[in-house]
Amino acid sequence: MSDARAIAEETARASYGRLLAWLSSRSRDVAAAEDALSDAFKAALETWPEKGAPASPEAWLLTAARRKLIDRARRAKTQHQNVPALALAAEEAEAAMRQDKPFPDERLKLLFICAHPAIDAGVRTPLMLQTVIGLDAARIASAFLVSPRAMSGRLVRAKRKIKVAGIPFDTAGHQDLAPRLPAVLEAIYAAFGAGWNEEIGAEADRLDLTGEAIYLARLLTELLPDEAEGWGLLSLMQHAEARKGARREGGKYIPLSDHNTALWDKDMIAHGEAALATAWRLGDPGPYQLEAAIQSAHATARLHGRDVADDIAALYERLTEIAPTIGAYVGYAGALASAGRADDGFDLLQTLEPARVENYQAYWAVRAHILNELDRKKEARAAYERAIGLAHDEATRNFLMERKNELAIRPAGDS
Amino acid sequence: MKYMFLLYDNEDAWDTMEDAKKNEIFGAYMAYTDALRKSDAYIDGAPLPHSREAKRIRASGVQDGPFADGKEQLGGYYMIEAKNLDDALEWAARCPCASIGHVEVRPVWNIGD
Repeated sequence: MSDARAIAEETARASYGRLLAWLSSRSRDVAAAEDALSDAFKAALETWPEKGAPASPEAWLLTAARRKLIDRARRAKTQHQNVPALALAAEEAEAAMRQDKPFPDERLKLLFICAHPAIDAGVRTPLMLQTVIGLDAARIASAFLVSPRAMSGRLVRAKRKIKVAGIPFDTAGHQDLAPRLPAVLEAIYAAFGAGWNEEIGAEADRLDLTGEAIYLARLLTELLPDEAEGWGLLSLMQHAEARKGARREGGKYIPLSDHNTALWDKDMIAHGEAALATAWRLGDPGPYQLEAAIQSAHATARLHGRDVADDIAALYERLTEIAPTIGAYVGYAGALASAGRADDGFDLLQTLEPARVENYQAYWAVRAHILNELDRKKEARAAYERAIGLAHDEATRNFLMERKNELAIRPAGDS
Repeated sequence: MKYMFLLYDNEDAWDTMEDAKKNEIFGAYMAYTDALRKSDAYIDGAPLPHSREAKRIRASGVQDGPFADGKEQLGGYYMIEAKNLDDALEWAARCPCASIGHVEVRPVWNIGD
């Protein structure tokens, strides 16, 4: 009994997104496909423990979901035109699976649907996490710090829009996809970020969100191999992922400069370097490639003991030119300080609009660091205080408090 | 809009906690309160003494003690001003109590004005 349940749960984890992508690209109705798939999983949990799990759980679920979808479509008269397409699609899929081929992965179609201009930008990543990765609304809500009810509402509205507006599910014309690529990249990176932050509150059975994001980016580079930014994003995430094991020690935040590089995943770094090289060869630099190059330089510095501070500052400068986000400016200021130009870094921070940095924790942390370099201890302490007050997790908070306390231990300057 | 944050944590843990750790947590609360003030979000806030100091009163009379035997007890509150619930949740997530125990976020009804 528990075996059948385990197989159902395992299939749900491994194949949810692919089953949903297949079903919804045929029914053109994500919400209906979700309902049908959820009914199919429910039926599996009722049937499999008695009759044993089927040889191909995915084919079984697909057949069951297809039936539910066709039933629904027949009941709702307006959906009649989709019934033959659905029936055909399921036969096609079942035939493919009978031949022992891997189940076709159409999740990229869903990805581009989720990033369609008609879909509100703020709901694209959540929608992607729910449909492509199968995360439930409550988990997504908590990753994005909104209430579960509000998140569910947004997701339902987005899915209704996909259906009502008739957003096309075709990915045949790659030229149509290029304009939507930035939104897809942004959504994948946000998924990575959500996974990255969630890792900190480590729970045993969490989904491997960062791994999923990397997988999606790799899929994207296969579909659109000439898009340099796709490779750039892949490289950026691989570099970050490679250091995941070293960024905390017993719950304590470890800055990059103090990472135990023995804990870095060298294969993952090699993948990141290869992806970045492919990106550069395409000769179309963009923000993700620059951020990946910055991470690559950090890796080189630590692994081969090279001084790359000036290179990193130059990369950040370029980043602020092509993508002038507040994060890029703060990163540039920090890089200038590391390159022995704390004065320039401070001047740069002073040019940022106060309202944009008021609640931005990284700004206050970098400001504190630079003020400390400039021996303006009292102001540095106030900036650390602000950064501590804005920190979201205990590890970061404690790290900043240690830094602040170091100021008190070694009084100098105006303190 | 006004929001009330009700801070729940394991108050017995405080009785046995080392001073260094206590100072660390106090420091985090001070920094958090200060960040709220500087962003004009702060209205009010305070820690509450141990729930053993609490009294409850009903028609039947006054009784001692806490209301529940749960692991986490109400130990403090904040009243903040935020644009909307998402904004309030962002602030609540930064509250040190969110790492230690949990924070209940309640919108506050405006009555009378």
